[in-house]
Amino acid sequence: MIPVLIAIFKVIVVFSVLIGVAAVITYMERKVLGRMQVRHGHMRVGWHGILQPIADAIKLMGKEIIVPEKADRKLFLLAPVITMICAAIPFAAIPWGAEQIYRIIDINIGLIYILAASSLGVFGVVIAGWASNSKYPLMGALRGVSQTISYELPLVLSLVGPLMLAGSLNMWKMVNSQQTGGTWFVFLQPIAFICFLLAGTAETQRLPFDMLEDEGSLVTGFYTEYSGMAFSIFALAEYINIILIGVVAAIAFMGGWLRPFPSVAFLSFLDVVPPFIWLLSKSLLFAFFVIWLRGTLPRVRYDQLMYFGWKVLLPLTLLNILLTGFYKMFHLSGGMLLVYYAATLITTVICLAFCTKRFYKFQQA
Amino acid sequence: MQLSGISIYIPILFFIVFSGIVAKLMLSLGRIWRPQNQYSEKTSPYECGMEPEGEAWERVVPRYYIYAMLFLAFDVEALFLFVWAIVFDRIGMFAFIEMILFIAILLVGLFYAWAKGALDWRY
Repeated sequence: MIPVLIAIFKVIVVFSVLIGVAAVITYMERKVLGRMQVRHGHMRVGWHGILQPIADAIKLMGKEIIVPEKADRKLFLLAPVITMICAAIPFAAIPWGAEQIYRIIDINIGLIYILAASSLGVFGVVIAGWASNSKYPLMGALRGVSQTISYELPLVLSLVGPLMLAGSLNMWKMVNSQQTGGTWFVFLQPIAFICFLLAGTAETQRLPFDMLEDEGSLVTGFYTEYSGMAFSIFALAEYINIILIGVVAAIAFMGGWLRPFPSVAFLSFLDVVPPFIWLLSKSLLFAFFVIWLRGTLPRVRYDQLMYFGWKVLLPLTLLNILLTGFYKMFHLSGGMLLVYYAATLITTVICLAFCTKRFYKFQQA
Repeated sequence: MQLSGISIYIPILFFIVFSGIVAKLMLSLGRIWRPQNQYSEKTSPYECGMEPEGEAWERVVPRYYIYAMLFLAFDVEALFLFVWAIVFDRIGMFAFIEMILFIAILLVGLFYAWAKGALDWRY
């Protein structure tokens, strides 16, 4: 009975922290975007507008939830709930620190569980789009599914590289092997890291890859018909997804809850900061990256999006697996390691140059 | 004291129940003070102010299905690669060459789909 109570307590704590951090990201997004456009962002509610997320939540609760007359009413109201559940369950397998107390469940197939559970989020999109019985949501949902499953492949395949280095699907062992190896995997897997970031941005449906809520052509995509709190649950789930991708990126590539430079002894005073703070701040780093992309890049076209996912990212991740295989097989060190680094770097540069050129040509055509 | 056996998955159930309850509460809590005033102009499907024409539950472009089929093939491949990647240290050169062949065959499949134009988005 006691372990069950502890588990319930952990679930409630993690879920509350998730919602809190998602609120922080909404605040951060508007502030950072404001600064990028040389304005202040909101300044009215509280000190530098810091209470704005709370004010938004209260306002959205007071808004009417409109159900379209032709819609499938039950499915229409079920879709936000499903989206919320699918956004939350992957966090069951995430370890927030080295000790047992920081883990909710400790399963050996942690990574596969997380990927599988996070890809369930598609169901929320499909049900929302279909149940609305309106044309823009339907088109948004179709685009969304197609985009999400296309970018699922590079997302999954780019994690095979760090997996080969760690030798385990257990998230905890993955971080542990970065501690014993003395280096973050991002330095050994630069291609995989870049592919993961780009695929993760597409997977969380953010600009420049947010084709399913493209307001230029689809109003707001699959949640056009939603209003009030039903709408804000979709937004909340999107931010929770960003936290998830950030946490997985931190665990697979950036040493998880470890401090920077885990093997340098004189930096050990950094261990004062608790491990989950490190993990969350690395996750917020990804959130900042996503906001930065939103402030910098224009939205891509749908054919460009499919082109980039299938013809650039997918071969690149497969190539990365082969390169990692060579690296592990022949125990590269010294001069050969330099050759390996040069090869990975040159491939990345060539591929990115190639795809920018293709994009440019697309835009001229 | 720890959960063991199949019961280690119980926290996932808690997650499903708890997040479902929270989402449901968020939807229904505002019912106390939010307005409920729906009439047919408000509840008609949104089409930028035009009168909605017909139903939205209609046929859709088949291109989406092609992507779905390609996705299935490559996703199963990814699952095989996961298993291979874990035991890579223990089985050595044989597995490496096997996997090069496996990836090569799948790349041939990808390039076939590419050459056939299945990956191009045509309008």
